[in-house]
Amino acid sequence: MIDKRVKNAKEAIQGITDGMTLIVGGFGLSGIPENSIAELVASNISGLTCISNNAGVDDFGLGLLLQKKQIKKMIASYVGENAEFERQMLSGELEVELTPQGTLAEKCRAAQHGIPAFYTPAGYGTEVAEGKETKEFNGKMHILEYAYEADFSIVKAWKGDHAGNLIFRGTARNFNAPMAGAGKITIAEVEELVEPGELDPNQIHIPGIMVQRIFQGEKFEKRIEQRTTRKREA
Amino acid sequence: MLTKEQIAQRISKEVKDRYYVNLGIGIPTLVANYVPQDISVEFQSENGVLGMGPFPYEGEEDPDLINAGKQTITTLPGASFFDSAFSFGMIRSKKVDLTILGAMEVSENGDIANWKIPGKMVKGMGGAMDLVASAENIIVAMMHVNKAGESKILKKCTLPLTGVGCVKKVVTELAVMDVTPKGFKLLERAPGVSVEDIIKATEAELIIEGDIPEMQF
Repeated sequence: MIDKRVKNAKEAIQGITDGMTLIVGGFGLSGIPENSIAELVASNISGLTCISNNAGVDDFGLGLLLQKKQIKKMIASYVGENAEFERQMLSGELEVELTPQGTLAEKCRAAQHGIPAFYTPAGYGTEVAEGKETKEFNGKMHILEYAYEADFSIVKAWKGDHAGNLIFRGTARNFNAPMAGAGKITIAEVEELVEPGELDPNQIHIPGIMVQRIFQGEKFEKRIEQRTTRKREA
Repeated sequence: MLTKEQIAQRISKEVKDRYYVNLGIGIPTLVANYVPQDISVEFQSENGVLGMGPFPYEGEEDPDLINAGKQTITTLPGASFFDSAFSFGMIRSKKVDLTILGAMEVSENGDIANWKIPGKMVKGMGGAMDLVASAENIIVAMMHVNKAGESKILKKCTLPLTGVGCVKKVVTELAVMDVTPKGFKLLERAPGVSVEDIIKATEAELIIEGDIPEMQF
């Protein structure tokens, strides 16, 4: 067993420096690596390029890094919940590359799987396809998209063990699974870090080989963005 | 003129037995409320769940269980979770039978625009570009005219496109229309709305054959 444990978020983000590219897991605020993000906010590292489906909200998630202007460029598919993001984008302070969600996921997965590029029909005929190679397959046009190249991936899982094996919970799996191993170094923060042997190998979602550093997050707020409920019938 | 709920109710009639269905944010989400009890349907949300159920009871919300609109949800027996790459894999490989989404504009050749108003509003395309590029059965739920009273059913979209030649059917507060190789074909009108009202609210040409029936609910 190769032990991937680091003490805490501070130790986990060692080596992240100004101007690096980070792939960050989560969908909305669900499954975001909130402890690592908090540590990045405290670090004052700046000029970052962040690849993440969303950019958090104004006061949580990657929104915290945006508030402090630590992000130079954001690559995301949907930023609708973040007013500061929209303001920085429209004013030109923040460089933004909007990418179709499935393409974003696949560009991570391609990096994770060692595939340099792939064709997808998503975005053909739109401004997303501008300047990209196209090719017809089975009578349908596709565009060429490249795997991401990033310095670090930062993901969040429900449970993990010392070997870096990860298990996700519910829809918090989202981008965390294809992002693990997509960057040169992958940091995994987990809600519960257990001894090797405690996780059933049959149930592992991401094998530890994809993870270089793992730690148990000190505190998880797990904020809900849209609390929707129904009334109990009397 | 239909309410948003009635638009959803009318679209629910297009959901058939054994369909896997992806619902977009807004009016499309409401469609789930009207699907008949006697057919088997599974709802997919592109953030990684099949077999989505209703909203949770108060106090049972789970931050690890949301839909693509970031709303808290529940799952039904037979549900499954998967990651985002896998989710779009099943969309690209056409395993999802029906996609219902909103739009800012639709044109008569089936183009759709719903993600950006240059210089004003940029929310991003989310999963919409992937969905419309791959799905074969796409229904758009939208309002026929914008707040300024201008038609959103156009000869040609003016906003940045989300996808080209992909929309098959449009349901608005006024009408049901099919997108055919010759353009929009008017199929049904909302209760109390005349064919003339619809023509007036539509910038695109409408193909109108015979009497246009009123929608049935």
